[in-house]
Amino acid sequence: MEDNIIEIKGLWTQFGTNVVHRDIDLNVRHGEIMSLVGGSGSGKTTMLRQMIGLEQPARGEVRVFGVSLQGRDAAGLRNMRHRWGMLFQEGALFSALTVFDNVALPMRELRVLDEELITDLVMMKLDMVGIEPRHATKMPAELSGGMVKRIALARALALEPELLFLDEPTAGLDPDRSESFVTLIKELHRELNLTVVMVTHDLDTLVALSDRVAVLCEQRLEVVGTLDEVVSNPHPFICNFFMGERGRRALEAVHAVKAIVSMT
Amino acid sequence: MPSPASGALPAPEVKLVTTPGQVRCFVVSGAWNLRGLERRLAELGPRLAEYRTDKGAAWDLREIDVLDHAGAMVLWRAWGRRRTPNLLLKPEHEAVFKHLDIAAEPAQPAAGPDRLWIVVAIGRKILLVLDHLATMVSVLGQVVLDAAYLVRRPARIPWREISSNVYRTGTQALGITALVGFLVGVVLSYLSAQQLKIFGADAFIVNILGISVVRELGPVLAAILIAGRSGSSITAQLGVMRVTQELDAMEVMGIPQTLRLILPKMLALAISMPLIVLWTNSIALIGGMVSAQAELGIGYTYFLSSLPGAVPIANLWLGLGKGVVFGFLIALVACHFGLRIEPNTESLGIGTTNSVVTSITVVIIVDAVFAIMFKDIGIS
Repeated sequence: MEDNIIEIKGLWTQFGTNVVHRDIDLNVRHGEIMSLVGGSGSGKTTMLRQMIGLEQPARGEVRVFGVSLQGRDAAGLRNMRHRWGMLFQEGALFSALTVFDNVALPMRELRVLDEELITDLVMMKLDMVGIEPRHATKMPAELSGGMVKRIALARALALEPELLFLDEPTAGLDPDRSESFVTLIKELHRELNLTVVMVTHDLDTLVALSDRVAVLCEQRLEVVGTLDEVVSNPHPFICNFFMGERGRRALEAVHAVKAIVSMT
Repeated sequence: MPSPASGALPAPEVKLVTTPGQVRCFVVSGAWNLRGLERRLAELGPRLAEYRTDKGAAWDLREIDVLDHAGAMVLWRAWGRRRTPNLLLKPEHEAVFKHLDIAAEPAQPAAGPDRLWIVVAIGRKILLVLDHLATMVSVLGQVVLDAAYLVRRPARIPWREISSNVYRTGTQALGITALVGFLVGVVLSYLSAQQLKIFGADAFIVNILGISVVRELGPVLAAILIAGRSGSSITAQLGVMRVTQELDAMEVMGIPQTLRLILPKMLALAISMPLIVLWTNSIALIGGMVSAQAELGIGYTYFLSSLPGAVPIANLWLGLGKGVVFGFLIALVACHFGLRIEPNTESLGIGTTNSVVTSITVVIIVDAVFAIMFKDIGIS
C-alpha cells in the first residue's frame, strides 16, 4: 500500500489574475480523515475538485494512488476512477433514475456483475446508509434532503472505493441528522478502511471526524496537523474559526469526552 | 496462487481441500474485493453456485488478503444467503458480514392487474387535457388582469423586460427566418414556374407567389420557426427557474410572476412576430423573384410593379394579424408548459418538447380557423 494516497506538489490555482492557491504542498495519508478548512472563497472546494480531476490547476501536480492527474495515462486514470467515490454537496443524484438505479448505475457500468448480484449489493449499500427497501423505487425528487445525501453516499460507496471525497457532508441537514450522518461516516471509515478527504464548514463535523485538518488561508496552507496542533496556531483566521463561541463549545465537548475516556 | 493480472495482490481463489479427518473444507484466498473479482467473477461464479449444494462443508476464509462488501456478498450467496455454520475467518473481516442479512428485493409498489386499464388510460388523458386547458385559461386570465392593472398604472409597465424579449425573440431570429424564407421562396417559385410554363401562364407567378407567401406561408413559417426557437427557450428558462427555486423566490418577495415574466414575453412576441412575418414575406418574395427571373425571364421591375395589383392589401393585413395572434399563442403555450415543469431534469426535457409540439400544433389549427373565417376577404 502507498503511504500517501494523495500527493499535491507546488499547486497553483488562478482564475484570471486572481490567485487562489499559491504553491501548495499537501499529502493525504492512507486511512486518515483529512478535513480542508478555510474561509469562503479560499478555494477549498476548488482544491477538492482538483484532487478528483474535475478541474486542472494552473501549475503543479496532483497524484492520487501514485498516478498523476495531469498525466496522459488514460488507462491508469480510468482505473483510478473506480477506486474513489465522491459525495457532492447537493447529492447530485440523477433525477431521471430511481434510488435503486442511481446506486446500481456505477455497478452496471462495470459490465461484469450480474443483475442479481447488483440487486443484492445495492440493497446492502442502501441498508448500510439506513435507507429502507421501500424507498428504493422512489425518485430523488420525492425524498428529503437528508435521504438524498445518504443515497448519494451509498452511490459513492457503490464500487467499494478506497478513497472517499465529501463536499460539505452535513450542510443542509438538521443537527440530529448531521449527527447520525457523522456517525455513519465514522462507522464506514472504520469498517471499510477508507481514506476520507472532506471539505466542511461545520465545526461539530470537523471535530468529530477529522484525524488531521488542513487550513487554507490567504492562498496558502496555513497549517496542517491534528486538531490540537491546528488550534494552538496563533493565526487570526484560525483563532476566529476555532476560538469563537461555537468553536469553543465544539472543542470543549471533545476535551470533556477525552477526559472521561482517560479517567475510566 | 499469485496472478499477474491483479497487481500486487493475488487473485481471488477458492479451492476444495479434504483434511485428513475427512472434513471437506473450502479454502478461500486472495483479494476478494470488487477490483479483484471484476476479472475473475465469470469463472468463479459458476463454481460457487456448484459449491452451494454442498451444505456440510466448512469454509476457511483466513487466507483472504482483502475483503470488501462485494466479495462478502458473493460468498454469502454461495452459502445460500445465511452465515454458514462452520466458518473460519480473520477477526477484522467479521464486520464486513454484518450488513449482509438484509432484504434481497426492493419493495415493489403493489399493483394488481387492472381490467379497465384502457378506460383508465383514456380517462387520464382526457383529464390531463382538461387540466391543461384550465390552467392555460387561468394563466390567460391572470395576464388579462395584469394588463388591466397596467392600463391603470402605466408607470409599472415592464418596458425593460419587453424590449429585451423583443430583441431576443425578434432581432436575433432575423437570420434564420431570412434563410428559410429565401429558400422556400426560391423552391416555390421554381416548382410553380415549371407548371405555369406548360400553360403559358408565366405572368401568374406573381399572383401565386404573392398570395401564398403573404397570406399563408410567411406567417406560418415564421410562427413555426419562432415556436421552435423562442418557445422552447421560454419554456426551458421558466423550467430552470422552477428547478433553482427562483420562481418561489419571486413569489415570496411578492413580485407577481405573470406581470414580470409572462406578460412581457407575450407582449414582446405579439410585437416581434408581425415584424418577423413582414421580414420573412419580403425575403421569400425576393427569393421567388430571383427564381422567376432565372426560370421564366420575368424582370424584377415587372414583378414588383404587378405585385400590388395581384395581391390585394387585405392579405398583408391578414398575414400580419395572424402574426400577432401566433406570437401571443406561442408565448402563452410556452409559459404555460414552463410553469408546469417540476423540479427535475426529466420533467424539464418533457416539458420543453411538449411546449414546442403543442405550440406548432396550435399555430396550424388557428391558421386553419383563420382560413375559414376570412375566406371571403382578400381573394378576388
